[in-house]
Amino acid sequence: MTTTSPTPLLDIRGVQHSYGEVVALRDVSLSIADREFFALLGPSGCGKTTLLRSIAGFETPRQGTILLDGQDLTALPAHRRPVNMMFQSYALFPHMSVEKNVAYGLEAEGVGKAEIRRRVGETLEIVGLAAFAQRRPAKLSGGQRQRVALARAIIKRPRVLLLDEPLSALDRKVRAEMQLELKRMQHEAGMTFVVVTHDQEEAMSMADRVAVLNRGGIEQLDTPVGLYSRPATRFVASFIGSANLLDGSATGGPAGGASSVDVPGVAVFPATHSFAERESVTLVARPEDVHIVAPDAAPLQGVVVDTFFLGGSSTVSVEVAGLAKPISCTVHAANVATRGERVGLRFDAARVVVVANPVEAPAPAAAA
Amino acid sequence: MATQSPTPGVVPRGARRGWAALPFLTPGTLVLALFVAVPLLLVTSYAFFERGRFGGVVYTFTLDNFVRLADPLYLNVIATSIGTALIVTVLAVALGYPTALVIVRLPPKWRTIALIAVLLPFWTNFLIRTYAWILLLNNAGWINQGLQAVGIIDEPLKMLYTQPAVIIGLLYMYLPLMVLPLYSSLSSQDAQLTEAATNLGSNPFRVFRTITLPLSVPGLLTGCVFVFVPAMSNFVIPELLGGGKTVLIGNLIRDQFLKARDWPFGAALALVLTILLIALIFAQQSASRRVIEGPRERKVKRDA
Repeated sequence: MTTTSPTPLLDIRGVQHSYGEVVALRDVSLSIADREFFALLGPSGCGKTTLLRSIAGFETPRQGTILLDGQDLTALPAHRRPVNMMFQSYALFPHMSVEKNVAYGLEAEGVGKAEIRRRVGETLEIVGLAAFAQRRPAKLSGGQRQRVALARAIIKRPRVLLLDEPLSALDRKVRAEMQLELKRMQHEAGMTFVVVTHDQEEAMSMADRVAVLNRGGIEQLDTPVGLYSRPATRFVASFIGSANLLDGSATGGPAGGASSVDVPGVAVFPATHSFAERESVTLVARPEDVHIVAPDAAPLQGVVVDTFFLGGSSTVSVEVAGLAKPISCTVHAANVATRGERVGLRFDAARVVVVANPVEAPAPAAAA
Repeated sequence: MATQSPTPGVVPRGARRGWAALPFLTPGTLVLALFVAVPLLLVTSYAFFERGRFGGVVYTFTLDNFVRLADPLYLNVIATSIGTALIVTVLAVALGYPTALVIVRLPPKWRTIALIAVLLPFWTNFLIRTYAWILLLNNAGWINQGLQAVGIIDEPLKMLYTQPAVIIGLLYMYLPLMVLPLYSSLSSQDAQLTEAATNLGSNPFRVFRTITLPLSVPGLLTGCVFVFVPAMSNFVIPELLGGGKTVLIGNLIRDQFLKARDWPFGAALALVLTILLIALIFAQQSASRRVIEGPRERKVKRDA
């Protein structure tokens, strides 16, 4: 094992890529530490897969460097890179048994027969497929195939394991199991995982840190908790978890006076921010930061349009005059409000977040 | 395997035995019966009768036709045919595989153009193509003229009316039948498989050897059968390019029917050829299946 160095294991610097006219990555820089579980999260077409394929060597970025332990990966052909990848479709070799599939990487390396047999046995044991060594992939279930793909990718003990939408082909129940298992395996093997996903729940539950990508650029790089409680952009706020987004303009702030957000036609909400006066912003309030109070004492009133009982808590939708979407709030009791009831709403001023609200979509040339 | 009918317990009338499908199957069945089963039955039955004096058959049962096949003369013809067809098939693989591989890796627009280029000779008249080869290969042909002009040879090379000329003609004729199945097999391969192999540390050559090639074996075998079968039974090219000196089984059968007027012996030859080729196709099928599905599953003993 290498000593933990202050330099990151994987360092991506200023990577840009485009397919013809379409820009896939614009100036992406991020670093991933040794033994980190890192997620690249974003909607389809955001460039996350392009970035993963650039690390693996299947795409050559137009610009930028990708350093692994200080060594430039972009100078190496794909088959010499010390990274392994688990493909979204698993890409198991259909003409080989499970055992042969798993052994493939070691055979390419020229490892001795006895050693290969030992390590294949070990790895199949880890993923719990020892009994299926002789089967062809076609005769396995989806979850089993996924385990074979994982075994095949980890057997070479790569410095970095890349996972492309590892769980998207599995059904809900198996997916939850595999999430835990991946996390456990990453911990035990002491490997660095970089997982690409469009499923925010998946990224949030597994990763140590998440980079949210949108339109080829990084919107925010933070821990799951950080992304949820301190979204940096309107996109992140709406993409991660559920949030009430209220567009308005900044008042007060650094210039002086109590900082707040003026949502025209609705109310002025006190909130800490550092935007200039009259700047277009969005107030982000998570459902659990909205409290239902008596109507007369509250700054905001509305009518309950729906309640969803979720077991431990309920989500209440409240329609407020002047807002296009009802405000949703989480309450920890079953019968706080009933449909049609008039209620007051109070936002937790200490927890709401104010982000910039770019009026137009940013010009493509703008650097992220 | 049983398909669930939408309302359990209620089976549509006629569905149980597939009678409902009958009207749709009739045309196909008729075509097969008329153009495959009947001729095959005729040829098979002719092989067991005696020849008529002026062609046709005399309906007296005999096995003489098959006894005659054992004559070294005919065995030799069969052996030459198999040998020639084998050489043509091997050359077709050698030329066709790289061609198909290159076409698959072209950008989509060029792929179509390349495929049309491969097919183009197939759409020109077969006799014209063969005569073109005569023009190229004969003693005063373009190849000899060219070689003499450059000064490589003084005397024209004897190329036309030799076995190599027959092989060239057959190869040229059937090469598209090798390229197309290979192309279809290679182009339907999942590109992620080669990426996965590369990612696991295989250089391009090993990726080809361990992934691309084994997975294309069914297409390769189909191509081999497509080339071998007609190459073995063709009789026009051996005559035009081989000058009738190379007698292949196709020529022999044609001669029995049209020249020697020995229909029963011709039928016996045709029957042997058909059986040989059917056996070949079965072998190809089972070999392909083995590649894709793997050997029959072995029971893995595992205690604990």
